[in-house]
Amino acid sequence: MNIWYDQLIELTKKELRARYKTYFFGYFWSVANPLVLALTFYFALKMVMKIQIEDYPLFLISGLFPWQWVANSLSGSANIFINNVSLIKKLNFRRELIPLSMILNDLFHFCVSIPIILLFSLHYGKPVSFSLIFLPVVIVSQFMIVYGLSLAISSINLFFRDLERIVTIILTILFYTTPVLYPHTYLPENYSYVIYFNPMSPVIILYHQLFLEGFVQMKFLFLSFCYGVVILSIGYYIYNSLKWKFAEIL
Amino acid sequence: MEIRGNIMSIIEFRNVTKYYPNYHHIKGGIKWFLFNLPSALSQLKNHRFQVLNNLSFEIKEGEPFGIIGKNGAGKSTMLGLIAGVLKPSSGEVIVKKKVVPLLELGAGFHPDLTGRENIILNGVLLGIRRSEMMLRINSVIEFSELGQFIDQPVRTYSSGMLTRLGFSVAVHTDPEILLIDEILAVGDLYFQQKCKETIKKFSQKGTTIVLVTHSTEDMRDVCKRALWLDSGTAKKIGSPEEISQAYLKYLGFS
Repeated sequence: MNIWYDQLIELTKKELRARYKTYFFGYFWSVANPLVLALTFYFALKMVMKIQIEDYPLFLISGLFPWQWVANSLSGSANIFINNVSLIKKLNFRRELIPLSMILNDLFHFCVSIPIILLFSLHYGKPVSFSLIFLPVVIVSQFMIVYGLSLAISSINLFFRDLERIVTIILTILFYTTPVLYPHTYLPENYSYVIYFNPMSPVIILYHQLFLEGFVQMKFLFLSFCYGVVILSIGYYIYNSLKWKFAEIL
Repeated sequence: MEIRGNIMSIIEFRNVTKYYPNYHHIKGGIKWFLFNLPSALSQLKNHRFQVLNNLSFEIKEGEPFGIIGKNGAGKSTMLGLIAGVLKPSSGEVIVKKKVVPLLELGAGFHPDLTGRENIILNGVLLGIRRSEMMLRINSVIEFSELGQFIDQPVRTYSSGMLTRLGFSVAVHTDPEILLIDEILAVGDLYFQQKCKETIKKFSQKGTTIVLVTHSTEDMRDVCKRALWLDSGTAKKIGSPEEISQAYLKYLGFS
C-alpha cells in the first residue's frame, strides 16, 4: 500500500468532519436533504400537477438520491483547491486527492442512503432482483463522470473564478433536462435523442430501472461507462496540464 | 572550506529563472477572457514578472543554510521550488532527499479538527504512514507541550500554539531537509529557544537546514553558510557573518 492511500483516507475523514462536525449528523443531513426535496416535488408534481407516474415517491427518491451526490460534488468542486490553499502552496503531494476525498465523502453518503431506496422498493412491492448486481457498475460509472468533471472544474476555477457561477447555472439546467423527475420515455419522440448527449441521463435512467423495474438496459450501461471513461480522461488531462500552476496562482 | 568538495550537494539550483504570468488579467473571469481573447492571450504571454533571475547555488548535505533578503526578493519562491510545489521557468532545481517544509502558523491544519487529529493528518500529508504516526503521536504531543489543548479544535489555538503544533509535527516526520520559513519569529521566547535547540540538534545529526529569515541574529546562530537574495539574484554567498554585515550595511543599519 502506498502513502497516498493513507493520505486519501485522512483527507476524506477531514472532509467528513469539516462539513458535518459529527459523523451522525453527516448521515442525517445526507438523507434528509434529498428526502425533503422528494417530498416537495411530490407535492408540486403529483398532488398539484397530477402527474401520472406509477409509484412516484419511489421514482423520485431513486433519482434524487444519486442526483444529490452529483450536485454536492460538483458544486463543492469549484472552490475545493481554493479552500485548501495552504496545503497546495506548501506541501508536495498528489493534489488530485483533494477533490477525490470530497467525492468519496459524497459517494459514501450516497451508499449509506441506498438502503432507504431499497426500503421504498420493498414497500411498493418491487422484487429485489438479480439485476442489482449491476448497481456497482452504475455507481462506478457515475463516480468516473463526477470525478472527471470535478477535476476539470476545480482546476479551471483557479484561473477563472467565475466558473463557480456558471457551474451553478449548468447544474440547474442539467437537473431539469436529465430524466430525474420524469421517465425518459416521456420525452417527445423528436427530442428523445437528447438523452444520449447528456452524460448524466444514462446513469439516472439506470437507477430508475434498477429500483423500479428490476432490469437494466445494456445500452445505457455501456453508454454510462463510456461517458465515465471519456470524461475522467479529459478531466484528468486538464488537471494534469494545469497542476503545476496551482501554487503560482493561489 | 577545503573539505567542501568532498561533501555531496543535496540541493542544487542551476541557472534557475522563474517568471510568474500576470494572472490577474484572467481574474476578470471567463466572460472577460473569451470576449477579449486575442488581447488576453497576448497579455498572458508578454506581461509576466520575473522573480528569480538566473540563480545558481548549491547547498551541501548537512549544511545549515540561511537565506536572507528583503520582502519580495524571491525567498518564498525559492522555498516553493525546493519543496517541489513550483517548477522553474528555465534552469534546473535538483533536490536529492526528502524535504519537510515547516508550515507557517499551522497552515495545513484544519480548524475544526482537534490538535490530535491534525497531527495525524499533517504527518500523513508529510509522507509518514498513518500507523507510524500513531506510534509517534505521544512524542509529538509531549514536544508541543500543549497539554489538554491537544483535544480541542485548533481554531481555538493562539498563533503561538499553532506554531508549536506545526513545528512538533514537522520534526517527527524524518526530515532530511528541513525548510524553515520565518518560524522562529512566532511563539514565545521559551518555545523559540526550544525550536532553535531542536534545529541545531537536527543539524548535528546531519539534517540539512534551510532557514529563511529576516533576523541576522538567528541566521548567525543557526547557519554555517548564507545567501543574500536581492531582486531574484544571489547578491552574495558566504559565511553568515559576512552576509549579515553586508546586508545590514545595505539596509543602512551599520
